[in-house]
Amino acid sequence: MPDTLQHIAFNVEKAREDFPILKMQVNNKPLVYFDNGATAQKPKQVIDAIAKYYYEENSNIHRGVHTLSQKATTHYELARQTVQKHMNAASVNEIIFTRGTTESINLVAHCFGKLFITKGDEIIVSEMEHHSNILPWQILCEEKGAVLKVIPVNEKGELVLEEYKKLLSDKTKLVAVTHVSNTLGVINEVKEIISIAKQKNIPVLLDGAQAIPHMAIDVQDLDCDFYCFSGHKIYAPTGIGVLYAKAKWIDRFEPYQVGGGTIKTVTFGKTVYVDGPLKFEAGTPNIEGAIGLAAALNYINEIGLSAISSYEDELMQYATEKLKQLSGVKIYGDVKRKAAVISFNVNDIHPFDVGTILDKQGVAVRTGHHCTQPLMQCFNIPGTIRASFSFYNTKAEIDIFISALEKAIKMLS
Amino acid sequence: MSIAEIEQEIIEEFELFADDWELKYEHLIELGKSLPLIDPVFKTEEYIIKGCQSKVWLHSELKDGKIIYTGDSDAIITKGMIALLVRVFSNQTPAAILNADVSFIDAIGLKEHLSPTRANGLISMIKQMKLDALAMSQKS
Repeated sequence: MPDTLQHIAFNVEKAREDFPILKMQVNNKPLVYFDNGATAQKPKQVIDAIAKYYYEENSNIHRGVHTLSQKATTHYELARQTVQKHMNAASVNEIIFTRGTTESINLVAHCFGKLFITKGDEIIVSEMEHHSNILPWQILCEEKGAVLKVIPVNEKGELVLEEYKKLLSDKTKLVAVTHVSNTLGVINEVKEIISIAKQKNIPVLLDGAQAIPHMAIDVQDLDCDFYCFSGHKIYAPTGIGVLYAKAKWIDRFEPYQVGGGTIKTVTFGKTVYVDGPLKFEAGTPNIEGAIGLAAALNYINEIGLSAISSYEDELMQYATEKLKQLSGVKIYGDVKRKAAVISFNVNDIHPFDVGTILDKQGVAVRTGHHCTQPLMQCFNIPGTIRASFSFYNTKAEIDIFISALEKAIKMLS
Repeated sequence: MSIAEIEQEIIEEFELFADDWELKYEHLIELGKSLPLIDPVFKTEEYIIKGCQSKVWLHSELKDGKIIYTGDSDAIITKGMIALLVRVFSNQTPAAILNADVSFIDAIGLKEHLSPTRANGLISMIKQMKLDALAMSQKS
């Protein structure tokens, strides 16, 4: 009975003890935090790691000869190794620290675009992308006279792979899609998307912002060229993120921003840049962010992503069933393969109104277009109510959410 | 009634609900439902004030030296807030509107709706009400 084993392996009450903020009251009600898709709360292991860095190690990295600087450098580079192992990247040199998914995508759009995109080329994204995985490509296309092609979404919220195959052409230079939809929670068939692109030797970028906290990621198994994620969605601080890029791209790309830390030698005539990820980390980086990210990944791996994902699936199933029992609820992205996100509306009640009344009852959800306006246009709605779960949420919280929602519906109908 | 008197009236009205958020919001929702609708000819892109989540439409016209505001929103709670603002500002002179503040919203415990989260467009709406008053004060 693998299920039972996982239940024994994962103790939600114990996990909740690690997150001090979960004890908060909001509007005099115990906090029910279902906005994990926007940002996850931080365990004390992460908060303590950041505090420890500032209490005991703070110093600038990579160039200092003194003890503190060497300590900080070691921890920053150990963090890179932790990320490498977590994603199963072939080399630590394939891990670039960024500010987050948005910067990771912008970096690739800038560096890839500069070298490989010319007039008439095509870049493929999908209709369900977060604006962060649309705008950098849109700007690049405008600058270069290239064309943005869009994989459509069907009424269930899945990418239409048949249409994707038709979009691929000799002009296609890159495919950039999300691993998991931030709005719908739908898990895309990324392995298939990648393998189809690879038949034509087209590189693929995955936006992993919503996938990273919910499932194990193996970039070598996926065979993607780029994988982007933000630390704060996987229990690490804000302002730190990762770009995984295959070594061949790291070697070919020119620096994205330049400055301290990116160079071998500088003269007014010519500058020679360093090799590897440091070429893309100009200026003093987010040292405590990297250390916090490593602490978060270690924390997650101690619990185990398979235990996390099976528990979260159980929460999803429970919440979906409960929601479906309420009349007038329409769930968007009503498919089996989903990652801890339920997006829905109730009759023609505006999501903003529902979100406001839920907040009054201590329940934090996200409402609106979730930075996916094209997807909202596709469903012809102004937005949705999005409940997104983490392994520290409970069925009891889902019950509170459902009764708070019932009250909201009653008040707003 | 002057703006200050109307604001005081609203504050007293809301005092009845004390700290009961449910009664307060039920009242706000009722106000939203009772808001006289903006003339559909003004419910266009030209009169829209875009919040991040809910949309607001605002129209103003000068009648006998006073400004008549009408408004609407696609979200009912935002509409309730508009009803309050229209009640305070409509049928007042441009000068009085320009000098008025909206601290009554804080006093009735609904300050969160004016937080700069860009969610509901209300801050932009108040700004627009004042801008219209400024424009009309220069005309009249």
